[in-house]
Amino acid sequence: MSKLAEQIKGAAKKLLTEKKVDLVVGFTEGSLPLRGTPFFARTPEEADQLTWNLDCENNLANYLRKKPGKVAVVAKGCDVRSIVALIKENQLNRDNLYIIGVPCRGMIDRRKVAELLSGQEVLAIEENGDTLVIKGNNSSVTAKVADLLHNSCRDCSYGNPVIYDELIGELLPEKEAADFNEIKAFEAKTTAERRAFMNSEFSKCIRCYACRNACPMCYCEECFVDCNQPEWIGKSAYNVEDNILFQVVRVFHLAGRCVDCGACERACPMGINLRLLTRKTVKDVKELFNAEAGVNLEDKPVLATFTNDDPEAFLLKE
Amino acid sequence: MIISKKDIPGFLDKLISEYQVFAPVQEGSFTLFKPISSGTNADLTAANTKLPAKEIFFPQSEKLFSYNATEEGVKVEEVLDEQKKVIFGVRPCDARSLVLLDNVFDNDKFQDPYYLTKRANTIMIGIGCNTPLSTCFCTSVNGSPFDTKGLDLLLVDIGDAYVVEVVSDKGKSLAEQAGLAAATDADKAAAAKIKETATITCQVNTDGLKEKLDTNFYWPIWDRIHEKCLGCGACTYLCPTCHCFDIVDDAKDCNGCRVRNWDSCAFPIFTLHGSGHNPRTSNKERYRQRIMHKFKYFVDNFNEIACVGCGRCINNCPVNLDIRAVLEDVRGSEARLDS
Repeated sequence: MSKLAEQIKGAAKKLLTEKKVDLVVGFTEGSLPLRGTPFFARTPEEADQLTWNLDCENNLANYLRKKPGKVAVVAKGCDVRSIVALIKENQLNRDNLYIIGVPCRGMIDRRKVAELLSGQEVLAIEENGDTLVIKGNNSSVTAKVADLLHNSCRDCSYGNPVIYDELIGELLPEKEAADFNEIKAFEAKTTAERRAFMNSEFSKCIRCYACRNACPMCYCEECFVDCNQPEWIGKSAYNVEDNILFQVVRVFHLAGRCVDCGACERACPMGINLRLLTRKTVKDVKELFNAEAGVNLEDKPVLATFTNDDPEAFLLKE
Repeated sequence: MIISKKDIPGFLDKLISEYQVFAPVQEGSFTLFKPISSGTNADLTAANTKLPAKEIFFPQSEKLFSYNATEEGVKVEEVLDEQKKVIFGVRPCDARSLVLLDNVFDNDKFQDPYYLTKRANTIMIGIGCNTPLSTCFCTSVNGSPFDTKGLDLLLVDIGDAYVVEVVSDKGKSLAEQAGLAAATDADKAAAAKIKETATITCQVNTDGLKEKLDTNFYWPIWDRIHEKCLGCGACTYLCPTCHCFDIVDDAKDCNGCRVRNWDSCAFPIFTLHGSGHNPRTSNKERYRQRIMHKFKYFVDNFNEIACVGCGRCINNCPVNLDIRAVLEDVRGSEARLDS
């Protein structure tokens, strides 16, 4: 990891020194154990603060829209897929973007780490190859990195950036696409069971909109929840119906566009299982149209195209 | 006074018969203040609840009154929660936040009956913090792990019992009614020792902060400080002192209710005018407002910093925008950046 961090610093410094870019968006060490935090380097000196670790979990594609000048971004697989999707939606200009691609094995989920110390505060985390040493006040636990990854990372088969201008480190071996077992199990439930789950899960929602704001694909100038004429949705949070409406519309807006980076779920302070909904659309889009969002620059956005082969089961009773 | 830990469920059960009792309750990977129906539901093991105790007095969405238009005219009914409450297991930072919020909801210009009725009818039983988190910085903002401000009783965990310190008359009569035994000198000494050893490791220097904020509104510091902020409301909604709200009508035709909802300075529509003009056009102005409100305007108005150092914003920010680092940057800010 530290080797990758050095290479990222070097690449960023070079770009800024040679004035090829005005800004490098990457990560620096955060203020909590093993926490990478988004960082904006505009000078070679600032680039010295860039880093790379197992908790560079934020999707940096979120910061690229409307940035003036030439911008370089330190981008792992999911960040690049979001960038590709945003380029296709004319939200990013490829010519003004320099992608420093970083192959990614997955980022660790601090909530899973916290569970290992059973309630004690995590005070330090040391990376040690494929294992982590997690230290609390009077205890220390060693665990495998692979067991602590975010679920989205565990299921991701696009750790390698699909496009880049420069690659840091080496491409990883291809990984098979994960199954959709969790989604299938949810689909197998009865309508009433699914509804009960939604009611219980979204009664936790505090409408802070961290999920929406963490998502690189949520970029409407005015979100439908903020509009009050017409008022599409109740503004109060005591009504779980409105919380569900918010999430369902958000997720529908993302159908065919969501790259399953998991940023929404990671941002949620209330621990709501948001990926269940977004991944359901990922599964549907894959099954119906054999498409995935942001995996190449050539395919048009799947829900913005029509072909004679498109399934019409929802239109016609055959 | 003293109460054994094994007697806590019984103590709470007795209170439940007379009061609506709120206590931290396990909800998945964290705890939340919820009304409990059995004393065994209270869980004091977590350092603090995910959402602060403020939501009991100032709920995220609060019905103020309902209205119905009938042939005879409009009927308006006020919704005032007058239920007697006990908040059990509140941390000193959250209790102090209510003392700060009292300034907002009860001053020479406004008295908010919804908040004040609940405050007047509530007994606060706090629990001191034997092992504060590394992100707790209450001592930097006039608090402490065993602060009694805003409390009626304070519990000090001495192992298999809590030493109960009486803070107010309300607390005293509740403790007497419950028939709590007197603490021995040894118990009191144990409590004193615990208080001594509990240390806040995190210090945030606020020297000169207010003076800087008095002058730096237009300084370049604000151009960069917000840059990673996503503009979500997680920090404000989890904050025990944030208190901005919006009032809406939840109505169909002429029947409905007026509701007060939490609002957040981080949101784009927070200051959006009816004309379409927005004086806070970007995250920069919005994030500056959050810092200014807590560390300058509130100080101007009430002579107190509107932060109790609970660390919730630090632990829950999706991008690790850490208020401690921001305050340090603000303190070091210059009228111009050299670079």
